[in-house]
Amino acid sequence: MKKRLTALALGALMAAGPAAAELVFPSLSYRTGPYAANGIPFADGYADYFTLLNERDGGIGGEPIKMIECETGYNTEKGVECYESTKGEGALVYQPLSTGITYQLIPKATADGIPVHSMGYGRTSAKNGEVFRNIFNYPANYWDGASVAVKHILDQEGGDLSGKKIALVYHNSAYGKEPIRTLEELSKKHGYELTLLPVDHPGQEQKSQWLQIRREKPDYVIMWGWGVMNQVAIQEAVNIRFPMDHFIGIWWSGSENDVKPAGDKANGYKALTFHNFSSNYPIYDDLKKYVYDAGKSAGAGDQTGTVLYNRGLYAAMLAAEAAKTAQEIHGTKAITSQMMRDGMEALDMTEAKMTALGLPGFGPEFKVSCDNHGGNGFGAVAQWDAAAGEFKMITDYFQSDQDILNPLIEEDSMAYAKENNIAPGCN
Amino acid sequence: MFYREAGDFKTSYQQDNQTFPIRFDRYRYYVVLAVAFGVVPFLINDYWANAILVPFLIYAIAAIGLNILTGYCGQVSLGTGGFMAVGAYACYKLMTAFPEVSMFIHVILAGGITALVGVLFGLPSLRIKGFYLAVATLAAQFFLVWIFNRVPWFYNYSASGQISAPEREVFGILVTGPNAPSWAIYLFCLIFVTFAGILARNLTRGTVGRTWMAIRDMDIAAEIIGVNPLTAKLSAFAVSSFFVGISGALFFSVYLGAVEVGEAFGIQKSFLVLFMVIIGGLGSIFGSFAGAAFLVVLPVVLKVVGVDLMGWATDIVAHFQLVIVGALIIIFLILEPHGLAQLWRVAKEKLRLWPFPY
Repeated sequence: MKKRLTALALGALMAAGPAAAELVFPSLSYRTGPYAANGIPFADGYADYFTLLNERDGGIGGEPIKMIECETGYNTEKGVECYESTKGEGALVYQPLSTGITYQLIPKATADGIPVHSMGYGRTSAKNGEVFRNIFNYPANYWDGASVAVKHILDQEGGDLSGKKIALVYHNSAYGKEPIRTLEELSKKHGYELTLLPVDHPGQEQKSQWLQIRREKPDYVIMWGWGVMNQVAIQEAVNIRFPMDHFIGIWWSGSENDVKPAGDKANGYKALTFHNFSSNYPIYDDLKKYVYDAGKSAGAGDQTGTVLYNRGLYAAMLAAEAAKTAQEIHGTKAITSQMMRDGMEALDMTEAKMTALGLPGFGPEFKVSCDNHGGNGFGAVAQWDAAAGEFKMITDYFQSDQDILNPLIEEDSMAYAKENNIAPGCN
Repeated sequence: MFYREAGDFKTSYQQDNQTFPIRFDRYRYYVVLAVAFGVVPFLINDYWANAILVPFLIYAIAAIGLNILTGYCGQVSLGTGGFMAVGAYACYKLMTAFPEVSMFIHVILAGGITALVGVLFGLPSLRIKGFYLAVATLAAQFFLVWIFNRVPWFYNYSASGQISAPEREVFGILVTGPNAPSWAIYLFCLIFVTFAGILARNLTRGTVGRTWMAIRDMDIAAEIIGVNPLTAKLSAFAVSSFFVGISGALFFSVYLGAVEVGEAFGIQKSFLVLFMVIIGGLGSIFGSFAGAAFLVVLPVVLKVVGVDLMGWATDIVAHFQLVIVGALIIIFLILEPHGLAQLWRVAKEKLRLWPFPY
């Protein structure tokens, strides 16, 4: 029995050999498990954008796109299996939507010469492209997020945070621990007191953390949560009547799925973002015409216009634009992963480009370069309007505290370079 | 016809006591070893190594370890994930502190450190039994994961709290890190598996194993006939943790390369290894391999069949995986409580009589 199944597996592997002249974009998604509520809309958006390009433009630069979806369940072991099973098919770029899997893929993908785009997640110091040649995290990273959140609090408090208390409720993993260093540095600068409250995977159990918040009464709570943890945290905050407008989530803790279970009480909850919301963009007309009405939507097709669906669109759009740039640089339509890397490094997202794509003003403008793989760190704050049932931007995009972040990034990336014998440089 | 004792004359005690008394079995064993060491390394690619063979080998070591404790000595343990974490973190600390030392030594030392920790957490087993011991080992699981998350010394103060394996060599060949060739990591794990299998097999059929089994079958009776429960139970914990520690060290350094303790070594890992032991067969070395193969390969096969061959949506296949694996576990527990190893034993019995059963 086992032998026959193994033979089957082998046959399947051979059948799925490298396909000629297709741009392969693997989608390491998760539609199951405790993080599925957030994984599904992102995966749908990612898939729908590529479907749109295939249906409307015949792919990128005339080259058809092949998207291979692989279920990771937010699990690193399955992520490795997905990576190994898709990389042989000429994968151009990986977007695993998981900080744990990103950490896993950073050395592997670097060795295989395949770029990884961890958009707004992953290892923050990958911003230093001289060390992390194949890793990109534009347009913003976790440390930008932490700094943007603190800047917003500064605005609220009239520029003075001395003596204030800020609590960080975080997913007890590499993901949730990322902002701690930045928040500690910022607390030295601004004089607030930081309380750390880890929540263990998957995050359904948060009673003690919120009890502590009720007891210590921090002025603000910042959250680094994902999946079911977000919903539970917002519900718990409602239960202890924590003022919602003093509760700020990172961009991964700010989707409709997270706030809706708490009902009207979640009104006023804030979350960061690095792109715009809603389906009021010209691209949605095309999506409707070529994808939805043609019955080609990914998944159940019920996620359109949600925050994370838009983020999936945005991720796919950035990948497609990088592929276009790569095609221009190398003068060939059939690009390889190495060329894709060059395209990502030369990516220049301008307002004109976004308008031409039907996404005017959708995200901040940024330009990637070898020494900056992470964009300029612009983020905005959005607030949940429970009556309207949507997140609304309450600030413009503003930049994180680069004076604090750049030395931290330099330090962390150089430590990585030293540990792994990488000579930093642009060639 | 081929599979029989008849005509295979033993002329010394050594021959009489060998692991595989039947000639066919013995040759099969040599063929398996020869293929594993001599053929597979030439055929292996990254996918087969990283997605199937290396995890199978590593889980097989963990299953052997747990089988010694639970299957042979009868001490239920839910702390396997925690002990694997001890092995992983010990290996990480050793790798980073002594970069020039061979990985073989690091992995074995990591196993030794885990053995010490295992003995420490095995102490309650002298007083408590059964479910209560399971709860005590569960405490070990949570405590160990908590401490690796909590004390920055264990992860060398890295910002993310993750440990990641630097590149290390064995006789000049890389076995850890992304540039390690797949045949090298496969062979590295295979050597440990072979060594673990032979060691466990010989321990379990000697004096030590017999005292373990005596304790398992009835501890009071064992005590009366002169088995010291202190040494028997603690040695079972030590040997079991040694294997589990080795598997944890390999799991971190060779297989994943970067590990987050809560995710990689959580309670679900303890259950996974326990399921391997139960499905494979309690008290059987072969069962440990069969159980590990079953639970590592089955999800991959289901994925390949469902997504790549049938073209189903990935989430449906993932859900089906849970249903099928869950159903198979129940079916096994009902129809064959002794696991895959018992099926194997029955098959061998049938084979001995074939083609003239009576």
